[in-house]
Order: sequence, then structure tokens, then C-alpha cells
Amino acid sequence: MQESSTSRLNFEACLKCSICNTVCPMMAVNGSYPGPKKAGPDQERYRLKDPAFYDYALKYCLNCKRCEVACPSGVKVADLIQTARLKYAPRSSHPVRDAMLASTDLIGSLASPFAPIVNGVLPLKPVKAVLDGAFGISSKRTFPKYSREKFVTWFRKEAAPAQEAFGRYVSYFHGCYGNYNYPQLGKDFVKVVNAAGYGVHLLWKERCCGVALMANNMGKQAARNAAVNIGSFTKALDKDEAVLTSSSSCTFTLREEYKEVLGMETAAYKDKLMLACKWLYEKIEAGEVHLRFDPGFRMDLAYHSACHMQKLGWQDYTIRLLRMIPGVSLTVLDQNCCGIAGTFGFKKEYYPYAQAIGERLFEDIKAAAPQAVVTECETCKWQIEMSTGVPVMNPISVLAAAIMP
Amino acid sequence: MKEYDVIIVGGGITGACTARDCAMRGLVTLLIEREDLCDGASGRNHGLLHSGARYAVNDPEGARECIRENKILRRIASNCVESCGGLFISLPEDSLDYQSLFTDKCREAGIDARIIDPKEARRLVPEVNPGIIGAVRVPDASVDPFRLTDANSLDAVRHGADIVKFRAVTGFVKDAVGRVVGVKTAECEYRGRQVVLAAGIWAAGLARKAGVKIEMMPSKGALLVFGHRLADMVINRCRKPSNSDILVPDDAVSVLGTTSDKIPFEECDDMRVTAAEVDHLLAEGVKMVPSLATTRILRAYAGVRPLVSAGGDARSASRGIVLLDHEQRDGVPGLITITGGKLTTARLMAEQATDLVCRKLGVDAKCRTAEVPLPGSEPFRLKRGIPSWNLAAIGRHGSESGKMDFMDGGSELVCECEQVTRAEIEYCVRAFGVRNLRDLRRHTRIGMGTCQGSYCVDRAAEILAELLPGTSARELVKDYLQERWKGMIPVLWGDTIREAEYMRRRHANEV
Repeated sequence: MQESSTSRLNFEACLKCSICNTVCPMMAVNGSYPGPKKAGPDQERYRLKDPAFYDYALKYCLNCKRCEVACPSGVKVADLIQTARLKYAPRSSHPVRDAMLASTDLIGSLASPFAPIVNGVLPLKPVKAVLDGAFGISSKRTFPKYSREKFVTWFRKEAAPAQEAFGRYVSYFHGCYGNYNYPQLGKDFVKVVNAAGYGVHLLWKERCCGVALMANNMGKQAARNAAVNIGSFTKALDKDEAVLTSSSSCTFTLREEYKEVLGMETAAYKDKLMLACKWLYEKIEAGEVHLRFDPGFRMDLAYHSACHMQKLGWQDYTIRLLRMIPGVSLTVLDQNCCGIAGTFGFKKEYYPYAQAIGERLFEDIKAAAPQAVVTECETCKWQIEMSTGVPVMNPISVLAAAIMP
Repeated sequence: MKEYDVIIVGGGITGACTARDCAMRGLVTLLIEREDLCDGASGRNHGLLHSGARYAVNDPEGARECIRENKILRRIASNCVESCGGLFISLPEDSLDYQSLFTDKCREAGIDARIIDPKEARRLVPEVNPGIIGAVRVPDASVDPFRLTDANSLDAVRHGADIVKFRAVTGFVKDAVGRVVGVKTAECEYRGRQVVLAAGIWAAGLARKAGVKIEMMPSKGALLVFGHRLADMVINRCRKPSNSDILVPDDAVSVLGTTSDKIPFEECDDMRVTAAEVDHLLAEGVKMVPSLATTRILRAYAGVRPLVSAGGDARSASRGIVLLDHEQRDGVPGLITITGGKLTTARLMAEQATDLVCRKLGVDAKCRTAEVPLPGSEPFRLKRGIPSWNLAAIGRHGSESGKMDFMDGGSELVCECEQVTRAEIEYCVRAFGVRNLRDLRRHTRIGMGTCQGSYCVDRAAEILAELLPGTSARELVKDYLQERWKGMIPVLWGDTIREAEYMRRRHANEV
């Protein structure tokens, strides 16, 4: 008799119950996608026999991880697919586009200084036609705007000196979006964390978490970024209580994918790296932090839990935190994928799938008709704003607006 | 009544190879089998195409036969053989003196055995015990015995042979002078000028019915199927052949074995693997590949070696080819027995038996089975536009897959673990005359994967019931799951007990 059985990413624990297939958003709209069970544990056995069994249709996986959340046997279904893609996927038919979309920090640092020009030019029809025709970026997609001043520039100039007075600190992983596209999120973060009585530090060095690199089969670059980030976390945790984040996908990548997909060691920081909402909620519950909300604040909101948020299992922290705000009326939307899956929905050939997957969520949002949708994921934000016209806020921005000035 | 030149009793690999050889030499041939082809020992072994290295020290002649046949089968049965190569590893408790004796003997037998650095062995097979002190690379390979039997039987039919399955031979027809001139079954008789017993261990009982005594010794070999591939090469222990010292990559699984124990004849028809055998296999296997201790075991099974007695225990008995001319030996003309041997040397056994048949019949025809590729092994081009999940079926049937219709729903995946599609099932029903899912399994691999049929069996049964008028899908499911269940019982723990529970709940009415 054997004491226990183990296999890489637990793939042999699969009983073939196929529950994962029932929650896969891609399978529901795309008959060419074999579904998580086949793409993951089933085909893994044959890939081990011969890499020729790698199925090109694995490119359709959104890496939303809903299969893993659903699996009653603890199989890392999506990680199996991710690692198979990194190992066996043929060269992309759009290598330049994929590299552009995936290299969010490189593109961000190039675009940022020219933000007004980039923002003005990108929505133009001829530009979109060229991006579509030559690069395969869907002309139907609305692009996120770039900010002229990066968050870190603002922070060093405006916020850093005031942080020294707090005496207790957290580090902030702002992410590419927070730095290049929407520095207001970082400003809101600083406001909220300061209101909670903590000072904010930037990390020694921050690189893109790499979620988009991994999705675009650029595993080596992702591993290089991961090594820098892990070094920064370790350094930060010598003096700071925690490393906080505001993006669910970055958080999930830093905590989970670094280990499961890239094979890196995360134990040193994993428990101390979390979304700011979880940290705040726990501090408030423990009576260590008190936030005072503006009694005049009123907002009608709908909460969308992003796929990676569900994988983290943390949506309840955000929901409870938002419900602490007296003037907030909150609808919790059914858990449906928005379809964009990071860079996936930007690609011309996948755009129709992205929109078909998001349809149910868009309908729900339109029916709820909130003033704003709240979610931790920036790409969900782009997709929902483009597809429904309803503005989307990060919960940190809601808190920042609601706390007493 | 059709008068055959030769009737071959037993549809295992030896019988199928003999039928092919006889038919290719122009004999009017009948192959008769009590069950489905490959139901006995031929379907219950390691799936190992020996290089001969295992026999080099103790049985040089057997080793030479193996390496010759190994080379032939790689050529004529490319869709049945995976040329994965093999390693003979020495653990710290093994002697490197044996390794040098072993390599010398291999070279004498014509086997390309090369001592490699243990580091290189660990690079080739990362799962191998990191403590190995020596490794020898040999041209072992993995072979699918079901496919090899199928290919031989297809070719036999193509050359005019008749195959009668599911009909047991109950006795022999003899003429006035005591010459065997045919076989009896419960339903009818078949007449033939020569009868060849190619029935493995069951030859002993059959021969007795013809008034001939063959001293045979059934030797049970138990094996374990692990859920996935742990090594891309055959792993052997470089020591005197012993129990549980071979791990073979067979398709998507790994098979560890074997044991070798004398059993009574009564057990040959219903062999069960015991808990003690499983423990013993595991304990030994883990020494070669430590991760076997924590890898899911899908099932256990056992086959029976048809050893011809020379006294002593089962390991030391000769595994050589035994060809008995009962006219000369026992004064019973018309009857020949071909037994002993191994899966690897089945073609050679068939050649020797057919040579004797031809001599008896006064036919002068040369054996060509070593030169002509088997059906499935001819060169072929993959058709365009076939969805990728058909690749496994195409790999299994090689050039014969051209007869599968992957269009019009043919690509529908039925068994997801082993990637069996509707087109493959339809083809196998047409080509091999299957009656039920147990038969279908031998020609496809349906239900041989992780879930052992728990998930796909309904779909497969529906398709089969549709193709075989008069069968009930429910009955097909029941029959199949009972057989799968038997193999799961000896290894019911961990994920396999979870799987069994899932199977039981899904099929509450059938199991």
C-alpha cells in the first residue's frame, strides 16, 4: 500500500468528474476549445508521452482559474495548461504584438512621457486600422489611457516626505496600471493607508508582476521580473508590516503563479503580501485601525469579483469593507467572467470570444444600473467600461472618496 | 465443409503470427480462439520488446533471438513499437562485476549495450534512483501486444485466412489411424490437415484431449499500472533477473512487474493479484524509481507464462521456444504444439511452427514475415484538417487509420483519458468484430486510463449499442465495469479508492 500519492500540479488526483468544464467560460462560447479537463490533466498524460500531443487550442485558455476553484480534487488544472503552454506552445503568429501587449512596464515607460500624443493618436481610426491589420490588435477595442506623470514620480515628489512621520509602514506594489495609466489609484491608496495610520513605502525595485508575460508565453522574462520582485519583497518585509497591492491579478500572480507556474520560492513573503482591502478589513476587525467615513457620502455600487479575485477567495473582504461605508448601497453581481482576460481580449482573433463570454455580466450590470461597478482588476475595468458604459472603480478609490477629508 | 491446410488453436500473439505466416505461404488457414484475440497471456504482460539484454547472461540463445526479433519488429510493426530504449541500472547493493559480465554477454549476443555515466542516466530518466552506481543503455523498446496481435490477424485475413473467435475447441477429430484431422467445438467441427496448438498454458489441457502429455508449469506474473509516464525508457535492474525489476513506459502509463510464481492450472482462467504481490512489487520497484511510492496506481493484473517444465522453480525454467512435433514425439500425427517463448519472439515462433507445418504438408514456401510490413506500419501521410485529439488514435493504428472517418462527427472524443474517438470505435467494430466494451478496449485503449471507464463508459456503450444491433448499452456498461473493478480491488487506496467511489456512485445500478 502507498502512504500518499503526489504528482506535478496534482494532475493525477483528477477523477474525470468534469465539474471544471461546467464553469469554464471559454468552453461555453468556443467549440474548438477542449475544456479544462482535457486541456489539463487528460492531455498532460499524453504530453508526457510525446510533446506532439500538445493541442494548439490551449491558446484559448483565459487562465481565469475558475476550473481550479471548482475542482473538488485540488487539481491545478489551469496551472497545468499554463505550464504546458510555456513549455510546448509554438511561436505566436503575432510575436511583435504579443510582446507589446505583454511588456506592460516597457510600453508604459515609453508611452508615459508622450501620454497626450499617445492618448490622442491611439483612438484614431487610421491608427486602429494599422494596429488591427499589421499587428492583430482588435480595432474594436478601446485602449487604456496613459498618464503623463507616473505614480512613482508623483509619490517621490509629493507624498514621500510626509510618510516618515507615521512610525509604522507598509510597502505598496502599485503595478503597471497604477504607475503608467492611472496614478490616481496610487494616490487614493496613499490617502487610505495614511488615514489608517500607516506610512507608505515604495518597493526597492518593482517590475511588472509578469501575468501578461506568462499568458503570452514569455516565461523567461516573467521569471526575471519575479526574481527582482521577490528580492524587493524580502527587503521590504525587514522593516514594513506588509506588502500591499490594489490589483487582484498582480496579487494572484505574485502569491500563486510565481510558485506554481514559474517554480519559485514564495514562502518568505506570501502571507504578508495581500490586497489592501483584505489588510484593512482585518485591521479594522482586530480594532487596530479606525476609518472615519464622510456621513454625506452616497453611492450606488455593484461589485464584480474578478476571476483571479475568486481564485484568491478574498471577495468577501472587499464586500464587507464596502458595506462599512454608511452611504454605500452595494449590489453583488453574479460571478461571471468579463471575458477580457488581460491581454487576451485585445487580440483581434480572440475579441469575439471575449465579448461573447462577457455578455452575461454586461447584461447583469445594465440591469443593476449602478453609478459605478467596483472591482480590483484593471482589465475587467477596461472591458466593462467599454462594453457597458458604466464607470468602474477600484474599491480603494471608493474608500478614498468616502473617508473623512 | 471447408478443408483447411492448417488450423491454429489459440488467438494470442503466437497464434496470430502463425496464422499470418501460414496464410502468407499460401496455406488455407483457420485461426480459432475461445475468447477474443489477445485475451490470455498475450494481453496480460509488460508490453516490453526485449532487446535480449535481460537474457544475455543466462540464456544467450534467447538473447540472440530477442535482438534479432527486436530489430525486425521495429521495422515491420512501427505503429506497435515505441523505440524508447532501455537502461539497466545498478543500485549500491548491486555488483558492478555483474555489470561487466552483463555487457560482455550482451556484446557476444549482438546487443548494443553501452555503459553510460550514472549522471547521464539521471539526465535521460530524471525519476531514476539518484543513488545508482552504474547504468547500461540497451535497445529495449515498448510494444503494444494488442496492436501487434491485431496487425498480424489483419494481415492473416488479408492473405485469405479465416478467423473464428469466441468459440472454444472442445476436442479433436481423429481419423481411423489416430491422425488429428480437425477440431471439435460445441457447435461444429473444423477439418484441417495440420493442427497447431498455439494456446499458451492452455495447450497442456488441449493436448491431453488429443491423447498427448505436455508437462507445463503455469507461472503467474503480476503487474501494476501507474497513472502516467514516469520514465521515457524501459528501466531494468542490472542483476540476475528477479521480481519487480522492470518498469516499462506503455503509451500514457507505466507498467511495473513482474512476479514469477507457480500456480495451479485451475487459477489460469481467473487470476487475481493479491495484496502481498502488490506490496512486493512496490517495495522492489521503488528501489529503481523512488517516485513509484507516491504515484497513483490505476490497477493490477496478472498473466500466466506457459513454461515447459524442466523441474525447478519458475524463474530458472527455460523461457525458450518449444516446438513439439507430436507425430515424432508421441505418435500422434497431424498435431503440433508451439509454446514457451516470449512476446518478443512470437514471430520467430510462428516461423518455426510454419516451417514444420509446411514440411509436413510438403509445401515449399519461404517465410516472408520478417520483411513485409504489417498493416498499420506502411508509410502514410496524415490527412489535413483532422482535429488534434485524433492523433492518439492515428498513432495506435498507423497507416490503417486511413480507414477511419474523422469527418461527420467521427472526431467526437469518447474516452478522454486515452483519446479514443468515435471514428476509431467505428473502425474497430468493422475491422475486428467486437462484441462488447471489453473487446473494444483491446483494440483502442478505451477505459484504460485514469478513470478506468467511470466517466466515458456510457458514451462508449451508447455508440457500441448503436453499431451492434441487439445489444443493450446498460448491459455493456455493467459487463465492462465489473472487469475494470476487478483490477482496481488490489490497489484500492488514495486516488484509486476515490475513483472507485466515483464509479460506484455514477453507476449505482451497474456496479
